[in-house]
Amino acid sequence: MKTEAILAAAPGSGLQWTELSIFVVLFLLVSVLGFVASRWRAAASLDHLDEWGLGGRKFGSWITWFLVGGDLYTAYTFVAVPALVFGAGALGFYALPYTVILYPIVFLPALRMWSVSRSRGYVTPADFVRGRFGSPTLALLIALTGIVATMPYIALQLVGIEAVLRTMGLNGGGIVGHLPLLVAFVILALYTYQSGLRAPALIAFVKDGLIYVVILVAVFYLPAKLGGWSHIFDVSQQKLTTPDPKTGKPSGSILLGANNQLQYITLALGSALALFLYPHSLTGVLASRGRNVIKRNMMALPAYSFLLGLLALLGYVALSAGVKPITNAATGNADSNTVIPVLFDTQFPSWFAGIAFAAIGIGALVPAAIMSIAAANLWTRNIYKEYLHRDATPAQEAKQAKLASLVVKFGAVAFILFIDPQFSIDLQLIGGVLILQTLPAVAISLYTRWFHRWGLVAGWVVGMVWGLMMLYNIPNPKTGKAHFGGSALALDKLSIFGWHPFAGSQVQIYPGFVALVANLVVAVVVTVIARRMKVFNGTDDTEPTDYHADEHDKNLRPVGAH
Amino acid sequence: MSGKAAGRVTGLQWSAWNLLLLVPLLMLITPWFNFDKPRLLGLPFFYWYQFLFVIVGVGSVALVYVMTKGKPVVTGKPDRLAEVDGLDEGADQ
Repeated sequence: MKTEAILAAAPGSGLQWTELSIFVVLFLLVSVLGFVASRWRAAASLDHLDEWGLGGRKFGSWITWFLVGGDLYTAYTFVAVPALVFGAGALGFYALPYTVILYPIVFLPALRMWSVSRSRGYVTPADFVRGRFGSPTLALLIALTGIVATMPYIALQLVGIEAVLRTMGLNGGGIVGHLPLLVAFVILALYTYQSGLRAPALIAFVKDGLIYVVILVAVFYLPAKLGGWSHIFDVSQQKLTTPDPKTGKPSGSILLGANNQLQYITLALGSALALFLYPHSLTGVLASRGRNVIKRNMMALPAYSFLLGLLALLGYVALSAGVKPITNAATGNADSNTVIPVLFDTQFPSWFAGIAFAAIGIGALVPAAIMSIAAANLWTRNIYKEYLHRDATPAQEAKQAKLASLVVKFGAVAFILFIDPQFSIDLQLIGGVLILQTLPAVAISLYTRWFHRWGLVAGWVVGMVWGLMMLYNIPNPKTGKAHFGGSALALDKLSIFGWHPFAGSQVQIYPGFVALVANLVVAVVVTVIARRMKVFNGTDDTEPTDYHADEHDKNLRPVGAH
Repeated sequence: MSGKAAGRVTGLQWSAWNLLLLVPLLMLITPWFNFDKPRLLGLPFFYWYQFLFVIVGVGSVALVYVMTKGKPVVTGKPDRLAEVDGLDEGADQ
């Protein structure tokens, strides 16, 4: 392996050999799985997006559980959520309500989306919008939003891998320092190219298994070692309420304050509404065999939420263990995303830390693969086929998507290599706000075609612009950033064309949520006007029966038909 | 347009059980649980209360799944909203 050469050449003796060996062995294991996956339950040919991009649309309950779990609960989530708790306390725990209310909310719409996509052969959310409103323009907007929101998300998975690699001592400077990451990503790109969605589906078993073991051990072993949960919370409370020397204010608390409860609520709700609008989440849903598979998964997926909640608490464990985040040489600021790797590195024996790091590293591969497939599907179906090559055959579509998945992945690597990782983090924050703006077109129109397509376009534009403006104007006093400093907007700063309806209020809110409200209001107003003026609202390709189609229906469209 | 068309389900399938899906949203009312005491296993109330809601969430979804399995309780109406002024001729018949 190339990795070995780098290890030998790396300067200094900071390498954690045990951890590294375990990491490399597990990484090689999943790479083999990734390549073998192309033959797993394979159809005669992979030359169709139904096969390459959706694994043949035949995954059962177990595979879907591992796949969607591995897809939604990404390595970055596992690193960033505890980091948020570490830095801000109770607010970071929003990840638990977010992933609990998520499933009841999407339970019914996800079923309708699956059915209509199954009967009409839709592969992406933009495909559905295209069919529902006969509007390539609206579909293009949805597709672009999806791609823009997904790209930085992929880049963040790399941040997760790198945090782990650097903790293990692969902390070289310049391009050489990025080489291990590059090697890992080339392997990932190759097996995704070859096996499509089957690769992450198979690897997800290993990834989720490892993650469960690591987290469960961590939440029982570490508190016992550090004096019990009660003690951990007391120490954390004391540290969080000590005023930060930079801002002069306490950085947080183990409970919510008067000003951040609305932020907690809207962040949880907004994130829950947004998650299944991400193209990669829908890819997991559409790949399942039938409605019952989705229903069972909506019941079983909260097992991961429970795990995420436990993991969030590790932020407090790190606080009380006195973990010091590694300083990012590029920005000079402490990189709080390293707290969990550092915690594992200092508190676990090195063989177990190796397993934990492998869990995070492999944990990044699954979502990165699915996201790149989802983005490639969007490119192929809604841009390439719509605008560049109208009569592309299914085989040409599959070819195009495979190539696009490579481009997307190397785009993400370039992001990490040439741009400050902080930029990806900012973009991911923005991405959540952006993707939320597709809710009226993608989710509400599953139920009704009342909205006019131009109303949806207008709502999208307003939601996007205003959402971006609000994010741009949020500073972060802790890091000294003037813009894109976080996702908490003080109501005082909320401005509607210069009018401040809540002037003086320090209560915080999630800007994505505000933008969504504006989006809906504009969509309604423009819809009413367009209907009055009798503007043509496109033709609807879908039939009411499509929304209830299920796996054993007669006359169901065959999968992978050319 | 209601009930079964050509042996397939159509329209909006509604069941009162679906309302159970709203129950987990109660978790968003933070003033109900933003307290430290009582602690359970050392966890402040704020945390273990929310962990309990994982079970509430699973329970609600499970009940809806089991109770609505395979039987549309009220066969729905077509999407009348979209047809207010007959703009959609040719779209749905």
